Amino acid sequence: MDRIPILRMGGFLLVTIQVDLYDRLALTLENDLMAMVSKMEARGVLIDISAVSIVDSFMGRILGNIASMSRIMDAETVVVGMQPAVAITLVELGLTLAGVHTALNVEMGMELLRKKIGPIPDNEEDLYDDII
Amino acid sequence: MESQTAASLKKNKKQLLETWMQNQLADNTLRDDLISNEDLNAQSENLLTALLKALGTGSLEIESEQFQPVTDILSELSITRARQGFSPRETSMFVLSLKKAFYEILEKELRDNPKLLYQESVEINNLLDGLSIITMETFIKGREEVILRQTDEISEISTPVIRVWEGILALPIIGTLDSARTQVVMENLLEKIVETGSRIAILDISGVPAVDSLVAQHLIKTVSATRLMGAECIISGIRAEIAQTIVHLGIDLSNISTKASLASALKLAFSMLNIEVRRTNNKF
Repeated sequence: MDRIPILRMGGFLLVTIQVDLYDRLALTLENDLMAMVSKMEARGVLIDISAVSIVDSFMGRILGNIASMSRIMDAETVVVGMQPAVAITLVELGLTLAGVHTALNVEMGMELLRKKIGPIPDNEEDLYDDII
Repeated sequence: MESQTAASLKKNKKQLLETWMQNQLADNTLRDDLISNEDLNAQSENLLTALLKALGTGSLEIESEQFQPVTDILSELSITRARQGFSPRETSMFVLSLKKAFYEILEKELRDNPKLLYQESVEINNLLDGLSIITMETFIKGREEVILRQTDEISEISTPVIRVWEGILALPIIGTLDSARTQVVMENLLEKIVETGSRIAILDISGVPAVDSLVAQHLIKTVSATRLMGAECIISGIRAEIAQTIVHLGIDLSNISTKASLASALKLAFSMLNIEVRRTNNKF
């Protein structure tokens, strides 16, 4: 079965969706991502949807869900690279994705995450060593 | 039409054209400022030749195949005239003035047969009336095309997206916002955001005469779409009366940054992007 890769970048998780999301795939992504957030104790999730050209209300809801679930697990979600047509469709559908941060591209998204979360220590064990 | 009459008209073509031209030139409504006599003569001869040829086939139906060349010539003529600035009346009179010329010839040819003369006159009359209606129709169609093109151009011109600073776009909206225009505005703005990678868009509505709940809804939609793309939207140019209507209508703009002038919106944009603009003492 198709799976969308979730990459780890420091304390962040990076998801680039390169195919059109059908419902099943979106649900699998949601499961995988939440498992990953919990396992890695990620502080931020960055979802790049610049290659997504078709969107429906289900996908809009999934994105909203991911954001809410991540927040419960203390991670911020940023959606980046939304195409104009997708944005217009979502607005027409009445989905404004409240609670989801957005940025124009991956670079700006990373910057936004860093600003929201603050500096993440490179190696947490070192930090504890210092304290002890 | 009997081919005999058609033949006699054909025989007298030169005189027909001459009389027609005289009639046209004598007419008070002649627009010699728009068309030269040579051009008028050429146009008239062109039309007359086609018309006589069609009459020669014995058909009197304007919709028939034989009349196709005549209607083609007429349509083209009235479209060019519409562009030149002729009034529909003047274009139509161009065809109708041919009637008199026809009658003169017919009268001369059929003087001895009043019954036939009457019949032929009625037929010629009907035919030329039909042709005149065609000029009118194409004239209106031509005007309509011009109007449609202008409408498109206006809606395109009236929503320019300007890059006022690196990372800052401004979109002055002039005129009433309806659904169709909002769509154009939104698309233009979002495309430009992707193109320039701008983080802030300023929607200036100082040129919007009135804001009702529909317009406000359109604005909110545009702002939401911009947010989804990852940019921020500031609405500026809100005049006192517009602020009053917004509050009276109970529209909630509290989670949208609004400013009274484009200048203050720009200032806000600068501070959001941590840009500082200072006056210096350097003289050029």
